[in-house]
Amino acid sequence: MTATDPHPTAPTLTAEGSQEMAPRDMAGGVEVLRELGSVLRLSEAEVAAMGDIEGDPDEATTTIMNMGPQHPSTHGVLRLMLELDGETVLRTKPVIGYLHTGMEKTGETLTYLQGPTNVTRMDYAAPLFNELAFSLTTEKLLGVEIPERATWIHMLLCELNRISSHLLFLGTNGMDLGAVSMMIYGWREREETLRVLEHITGLRMNHNFIRPGGVAADLPDGWREKVQALLDTIPDRLDEYEVLLTDQPIYRDRLQGVGVITTEEAIALGATGPILRSTGYAWDLRRSMPYLAYDQVDFDVIVGSYGDCFDRYSIRLAETRESLRIIEQILQQIPDGDYRVQDKKVTPPPRARIDESMEALIHHFKIFTEGFRVPAGEAYAAVESPRGELGMYIVSDGSAKPYRLHVRGPSFVNVQTLPHMMHNGLIADGVAVISSVDPIMGEVDR
Amino acid sequence: MPELEKADDAGAEADDAAPEATGPEPIHGHPVTEALGETTVHPPREALADLVRALRDEAWLMCLDVTAVDHLANAGGRVLPEGVTPERFEVVVMLINHRDPARLRIKVQVPEADPTVPTLFEVHPGTEALEREVFDMFGIAFEGHPDLTRILMPEDWDGHPLRKDYAVGRIPVQFKGDPGPR
Repeated sequence: MTATDPHPTAPTLTAEGSQEMAPRDMAGGVEVLRELGSVLRLSEAEVAAMGDIEGDPDEATTTIMNMGPQHPSTHGVLRLMLELDGETVLRTKPVIGYLHTGMEKTGETLTYLQGPTNVTRMDYAAPLFNELAFSLTTEKLLGVEIPERATWIHMLLCELNRISSHLLFLGTNGMDLGAVSMMIYGWREREETLRVLEHITGLRMNHNFIRPGGVAADLPDGWREKVQALLDTIPDRLDEYEVLLTDQPIYRDRLQGVGVITTEEAIALGATGPILRSTGYAWDLRRSMPYLAYDQVDFDVIVGSYGDCFDRYSIRLAETRESLRIIEQILQQIPDGDYRVQDKKVTPPPRARIDESMEALIHHFKIFTEGFRVPAGEAYAAVESPRGELGMYIVSDGSAKPYRLHVRGPSFVNVQTLPHMMHNGLIADGVAVISSVDPIMGEVDR
Repeated sequence: MPELEKADDAGAEADDAAPEATGPEPIHGHPVTEALGETTVHPPREALADLVRALRDEAWLMCLDVTAVDHLANAGGRVLPEGVTPERFEVVVMLINHRDPARLRIKVQVPEADPTVPTLFEVHPGTEALEREVFDMFGIAFEGHPDLTRILMPEDWDGHPLRKDYAVGRIPVQFKGDPGPR
């Protein structure tokens, strides 16, 4: 494209042509086959063998339309190009990148101590999972073992965060489908969860609390009462949601049988999290490849049976209850001890030591200006975020900054299931499908 | 099938090298390294798609991730098995086995002069967006990819941001009513 351009550097501000969906008559034979193939997830040859699929609609009756990037139901800046036949969606192409801020590149310029500040802003509905994945990878490279109490604090924070993320989903899912009162309830309960997180970490979101080597501070006074108060209120509220949504015929009609995906398709598309589990495939990293201390707590992996939007809604609702169950066990089992590793290389000295020791002051200064060096090598660690497998891949060259930081964002991969799930559905069903995938654009675009 | 022949050749080489190296067992004839509890296979790039297909048919059902590393400025050095020539780019593929939970990393050396890799789209359709991201960020082309266009950066962007010779830089922000630089 640019090779034939006489002025390759001249800015063509609105030209995003090749990222967009080409019209059927302009796309030509091969392109249509490819695009259909990427919708149906078949190879070109398989699509061609199917012959005139969908009766190859008349070009005069189809329309290509933009949905987004500023559409309230697209959860941020997701832009979908839809090819429509009347109200039926034939092809879909997600066009992303509107929120791209180069966080992987930025991550290469920040030290390992500054890293969590950067990555916590990716999946802004579940920031603690980003920090956890980054810290686990760094700890793997460093070869440090974090204290047991820090492990359990990580689990407590992550489960609280999973609840707040799923409550956000329940609220927005209701709103997308017209149950606007659900939005108020979902956000109300989410705010209560965030208040507990704020009490513990100091911030509602973008906590920067989980850091390589442990957490920034020990749990504050009164954390147990606050968490217990949350455990006492949320279950009743979830029962209310069941009455408001699960038992409501209109809501069920909007979700049941909509956006169906099978296990084979979900695996081929790399989908993880509730999308994969909704197909009846019990894959949860907390159970299958346990990290932290998830092998010491009792919880169920929730699976669906039909792979439709209703299953994905019910899974998230039920996972909220499982998270509450895990938190109850954490309250009983959390041990005493250090909240971060007592490794002078990784952990800055406590504030009190700085006043009395020159070495501590120098050490503190060095860690915050230069950072700590991480042995050369590479590591990948993944956690089960509310959206699926969130992995971080770090290549270290032995300096204090990652040589390469790559994030395997679950939303980025899950968005690829949209063309498949929206195929041959109505536009209104498309809204339900987008909502049920629950993409967070900060993580899709990074 | 020229690709298969090349794969067999590479496999034969690895077998020859096997008696000296007491390292881990080769996978499908391709040398393997292990570090920090993670296993990495190093096939030649022509054999990538065939290896991933063979592994998929065994138990490595899902392709989690496709990414790349630009080793232009890497002072840390790399651990590569014998017979694998380091090149500027490495394409890194992450597979997962659900039956016996484990992950497997596949690394392919990609020279700067010819940054192309065969696509995995036919094996794992879910790599479509991931390969587009690698193309966008590193300028590595995936041969046979159905829609190889930029995905995160604007269409008219110059350069590939995650390459090491691409500076971080900044874009001046224009504010409404800004009197301009003093």
